[in-house]
Amino acid sequence: MREELHPLSDLNGKPPGTTSWSGSITEAGTEMRSYYGRPIVKEPTWTWEIPTYFFTGGVAGASAVLSSAARVSGNETLARRALYIGTVADLVSPALLISDLGRPERFHHMLRVVKVTSPMNLGSWILLVNGGATTTAAMLQLLGKWKPVRIAASIVAALAGPPLATYTGVLLADTAIPVWHEGRHELPWIFGASAAASAGAAASIFVPPRDAGPARRVAVAGVLAEGALMQAMELRLGKVGEVYHEGEAGKLSWAAKGLSLAGAALLAKRGRKSRASAVLGGALVCAGEVCLRWSVFKAGFQSARDPKYVVESQRGRVEQDGTKATTKPGDSPAPPSRGA
Amino acid sequence: MNLLQDLLEQPTGDPDGWDAYGDEQQERVGFFTDTSVCIGCKACEVACKEWNLIPEDGRVWTGESYDHTSQLDANTWRHVAFVEQRKPLIGDGNGDGSTGLRWLMESDVCKHCTHAACLDVCPTGSLFRTEFGTVVVQQDICNGCGYCVPACPFGVLDKRHLEATTDPPPAFLGRKEDGRVWKCTLCYDRLKGGHEPACAKACPTKSIQFGPLEELRERADARLAKLEAENWNGAQLYGRDPDDGVGGFGAFFLLLDEPEVYGLPPDPVVTTRDLPEMWTNMLAAAGTLLAGVAALTFLGRRG
Repeated sequence: MREELHPLSDLNGKPPGTTSWSGSITEAGTEMRSYYGRPIVKEPTWTWEIPTYFFTGGVAGASAVLSSAARVSGNETLARRALYIGTVADLVSPALLISDLGRPERFHHMLRVVKVTSPMNLGSWILLVNGGATTTAAMLQLLGKWKPVRIAASIVAALAGPPLATYTGVLLADTAIPVWHEGRHELPWIFGASAAASAGAAASIFVPPRDAGPARRVAVAGVLAEGALMQAMELRLGKVGEVYHEGEAGKLSWAAKGLSLAGAALLAKRGRKSRASAVLGGALVCAGEVCLRWSVFKAGFQSARDPKYVVESQRGRVEQDGTKATTKPGDSPAPPSRGA
Repeated sequence: MNLLQDLLEQPTGDPDGWDAYGDEQQERVGFFTDTSVCIGCKACEVACKEWNLIPEDGRVWTGESYDHTSQLDANTWRHVAFVEQRKPLIGDGNGDGSTGLRWLMESDVCKHCTHAACLDVCPTGSLFRTEFGTVVVQQDICNGCGYCVPACPFGVLDKRHLEATTDPPPAFLGRKEDGRVWKCTLCYDRLKGGHEPACAKACPTKSIQFGPLEELRERADARLAKLEAENWNGAQLYGRDPDDGVGGFGAFFLLLDEPEVYGLPPDPVVTTRDLPEMWTNMLAAAGTLLAGVAALTFLGRRG
């Protein structure tokens, strides 16, 4: 590498032979060119609260549906417990989100506009509606009062639940991070499946096995669907998706698969007969789903960190579709601009 | 989904929302940064920090040519990139068989996109389109959610982790960090007063040119034609065309190599362009979740 360097580079004062030499000069004609290997897009500033919220928001959203469905089918125990699980998740979620803000005291600024172009803005509204409705229903359930209001609140919660469980996929996909944006077709589905798995698993922990049949089925189906969807996404992503096999995202992805499949198998085989197995199986699935959310989260950071993902995916587009942001001499004259 | 499509429709040319200014609408202005005359003096970086009272964010000796700021972020709104290349500046070099060397310098800045992802995704409406067609963060609104940071295809925006110099967070939070997102305002305050932005004012070689965007585009076309006639290697305009993925930049460039060599994306797109599809997809997923959980509850045993 060293003999290819510009002689002036010696002025940089770095000892010869150190690895940081490579890439310190942008050689013309090399295959992958970047600015000293520096990232092009910024890593998110989000911290641990966000992937944790992806999990709790999923639990809240899918629990609202599970609770209402159980109620209609006459499974009162499951309906109540799922309602309480959803309420706890709904109360924890905004606390996590506010804690992540750079200016937590301004959290209510999220609600000063309604903006369809901002998944985070719509998500705040969805969380407000689902959280408000679920908490209202749970309070009235505990107090045993105002049944019609409680039923209305449960219906609102059940309708706002699925959007709450899936919008987070759009939230990530609507960024310039290659592995998230290119995964936009699958991410809302993966998050929806993961939410079902989490809510089913959480209910399997807290509901006696004789009433938890639906919860176990939802958990197992969620785990299986999510596994298939992850495979589909990785197939579509191709090279951009390799971050799911590297570094922290890779380890978390394996942990997610192992834990959730083991938990699902335990729930399916022994969840009906043994409470201990149901609790352990539910806990394993929940742990797996937390790992899944963390894996997707970390994959975005890894994808942003290496400029090759931005350059290669965009260069591919330039070659395939002819789209680009540059005008070179000899290009057909630029069209008269319609604005400015 | 027609309503969604309409709400999110993004024709090229005019920035969304700009015409809402009515009588107060001003001519759209921007920068044309001509890197072929940049001498790497960093007067723009200094002028920007001075005028906008941007705090010092550490002095790092990177060893990457003369670049010690490395990137645009919350505390660097103009960044001069230095690229050393084993390639002649003009044509095939000196004509004596030597390959030649060149030192490229480029003063990078927020692109003030026609269709700006940061502005679209901002959940508070803190980011807004000014009457000049530029994109600015309202610091009294921003709550530091950080969504614009990964949304920007150029990695321009970032959260300020330094101690707040203005409008500090309330004491009960126990935080001193500013926590808000900052970026180039195209010197909105100076524009309001009828002055050109600080970086353009300070630039000694007119590498940074400020003016009405339409006029800058004409100037850039003429400049590109001249460099072509003089056989400069790799000369190209970046962000000039209103038909690109972000509808054209409000601050565009003349580069002497491909964008990625300067740390710029070759084909940036405003990701909200795909939002109608993404929302439709999400609704389908949500509907399936609702139906699936309901079906699994009703079909099969209770225990």
